[in-house]
Amino acid sequence: MEGIKITKEVDARGSFCPGPLMEMIRLIRSAQVGDVVAVISADEGTKKDLPAWIKKAKHELIAEEPVEGGATRFICRKLH
Amino acid sequence: MAKNILILGGGTGGSIVANILARSLSPQEATITVITASPQHIYQPYQLYIPFGYQDPRKIARSERSLLHRRVALVVDPVEALDIKNQTVVCRSHKSYPYDYLVIATGSTVDEQQIPGFKEGADHFYTPEAAFVLYEKLQNFNGGTIVVGIGGLPYKCPVAPIEFTFMLEEFLTKKAIRQQSEIIYTFPLNDVFNIKTAADYIKADFDKRNIKTELFFNLSEIHPEKKIAESIEGTELSYDLLVMTPPHKGATFLRGHEIADADGWVQTDRHSLKVAQLENVWSLGDTTNLPISKAGSTAHFQAPVIAKQICAAIRKETVDPEKVKYNGHVACFIESGYGKATMLDFDYEHPPQPPPPTEFIHFQKLALNKFYWYLIPKALI
Repeated sequence: MEGIKITKEVDARGSFCPGPLMEMIRLIRSAQVGDVVAVISADEGTKKDLPAWIKKAKHELIAEEPVEGGATRFICRKLH
Repeated sequence: MAKNILILGGGTGGSIVANILARSLSPQEATITVITASPQHIYQPYQLYIPFGYQDPRKIARSERSLLHRRVALVVDPVEALDIKNQTVVCRSHKSYPYDYLVIATGSTVDEQQIPGFKEGADHFYTPEAAFVLYEKLQNFNGGTIVVGIGGLPYKCPVAPIEFTFMLEEFLTKKAIRQQSEIIYTFPLNDVFNIKTAADYIKADFDKRNIKTELFFNLSEIHPEKKIAESIEGTELSYDLLVMTPPHKGATFLRGHEIADADGWVQTDRHSLKVAQLENVWSLGDTTNLPISKAGSTAHFQAPVIAKQICAAIRKETVDPEKVKYNGHVACFIESGYGKATMLDFDYEHPPQPPPPTEFIHFQKLALNKFYWYLIPKALI
């Protein structure tokens, strides 16, 4: 994502739900408002649960980028 | 010369490994020492029963010494440091203990400080003392909103909050205050449990018993003065009684250690249970970073895998990693209330298929509670 600086990223490939979601929650807990954080996951359940959590928590899902090997990078901005 | 085996932790996992090794190895082959923080061994599943008055908190512990084989030396001295390079453990007394083989079974501890307001605002049943305080509050409870939930993942005995909720519903009904009470069960994920097959059964039972749920609830703060529990998702729940599983962490000396993460969960191979690719260090039970249940049952099935590897290493025998490996087996009872229980039995490859709750499974659970002392830590089954 051009112009967007990811403050912190966790590669959660190899861990299954809820691992990647918990990584995102941990990142958001420790981030400052406005920070952009990312989690990479190849887990199928995460593809549904992670965006759903971001929506429920009222943060911004900036992008879901495909990553080599069939994984996805979930990029999220902390809004509050 | 006899090899020196150190086992850190005198809970279920540490005790089983020590007792298997003591029966398998001769004194010429190894000396076996358990180093633990407490002279007592608590049967933690009993803590679930204390809040409802079904169990006396003074009767859930026994002397760890009485559970260990006579060849196992017991040191009661909390571990303060682990030096992997020099193969040494240092305890609070400043005594140091060298090892040839090390098993880390120090388990998990509750950390109420992680959540602002937790200590003042929440109750739980994860220590005998806290469970007894909750017993007194439930005795005096005359109706209102009880919020039950999880203060952070991972936590010990994943089904315990669900069992508590089922038993609470029965307790309130028998006390004839169910009509005046609301039970709200919260969970950090988008379902009531993190294993889909079990979640479906639990959710159906919650609906049947009018137990409400609040999902994606990751506790951030408790406001005891306003009696509000707040989540990082922005949800606020009012409560009259708040029963929250406290956040858990690994042993203090492991937090941030080179073989563990910041919370003290030890990097463990899911099959061999070896730690951080070291050839002479293993970990089991709550101590590991494995994404499986933190429960005595897990440690029970892991312990023989470690003991076999240590015996083979001492005897310089080759181990077929396909034959001596942990397959993720966990078996947990779920008390469902009204004298019935069901069971989760699963491994890495096979998710649980819980049968309908029956009185027979409940009696099996009661039998395990009674016979635990004679069978499990002593590694007789």
